[in-house]
Amino acid sequence: MSVTLQTEPFEPGALLTAFSAGRAETGAVASFTGLARAEQGGTDILELEAYPGLTDAEIARIALEAAGRFGLQDWLIVHRIGRIAPGEAIVFVATASAHRREAFEACDFLMDYLKSRAPFWKKSHGPDGARWIEPTDRDRTDVERWERP
Amino acid sequence: MARVLLFGRLADIAGWRERVVDGASLADIRTALSADPDLAEALSGKGVQVAVDKAIVRGEAALTATSEVAFMPPMSGG
Repeated sequence: MSVTLQTEPFEPGALLTAFSAGRAETGAVASFTGLARAEQGGTDILELEAYPGLTDAEIARIALEAAGRFGLQDWLIVHRIGRIAPGEAIVFVATASAHRREAFEACDFLMDYLKSRAPFWKKSHGPDGARWIEPTDRDRTDVERWERP
Repeated sequence: MARVLLFGRLADIAGWRERVVDGASLADIRTALSADPDLAEALSGKGVQVAVDKAIVRGEAALTATSEVAFMPPMSGG
């Protein structure tokens, strides 16, 4: 159970291998890897700013909520910060549970939260200059799915 | 006195991201920062949140000499 914010690139396969190792009582590991998009040449570099100490604590708080809600045995979140090139992995989430449904749903829940409400500030640098990016309407409706009774 | 941090577009507007500002309360800090009218307007904008020592606060807060005050524009997600 950990959140890591890092400026260095990471290798999703290696993270998944390490996360899956040594589990006798886990029936399911779900994972998600998000990559930075080039946006048809519109984005040369994505710059992601976090507030270390607040961003990681807030993500951990939501992950613990997810662990309770979905009955997770374990979870791992790794998020890049700083400057990220198209094609590079920007986020990795893995969840472990006894059965698959819980692992899938918790992974989906965590990604919806990370994409819409996590304390990051995102800037796109492209041929037309730099601009700050806000969550899309799709990001907002995705996260609201989890709030319905 | 507090160490003030600006995030996202607030830092772009101010032209700095970290600065020591005199003041014993958030109100004092806001007053000191209002010397820059563009920043003052941005800080009072919709969805700007304030954290003191990495915990989000609403309303007023007393500060110590070692307080860290962060102004955060709406969060974008990762």
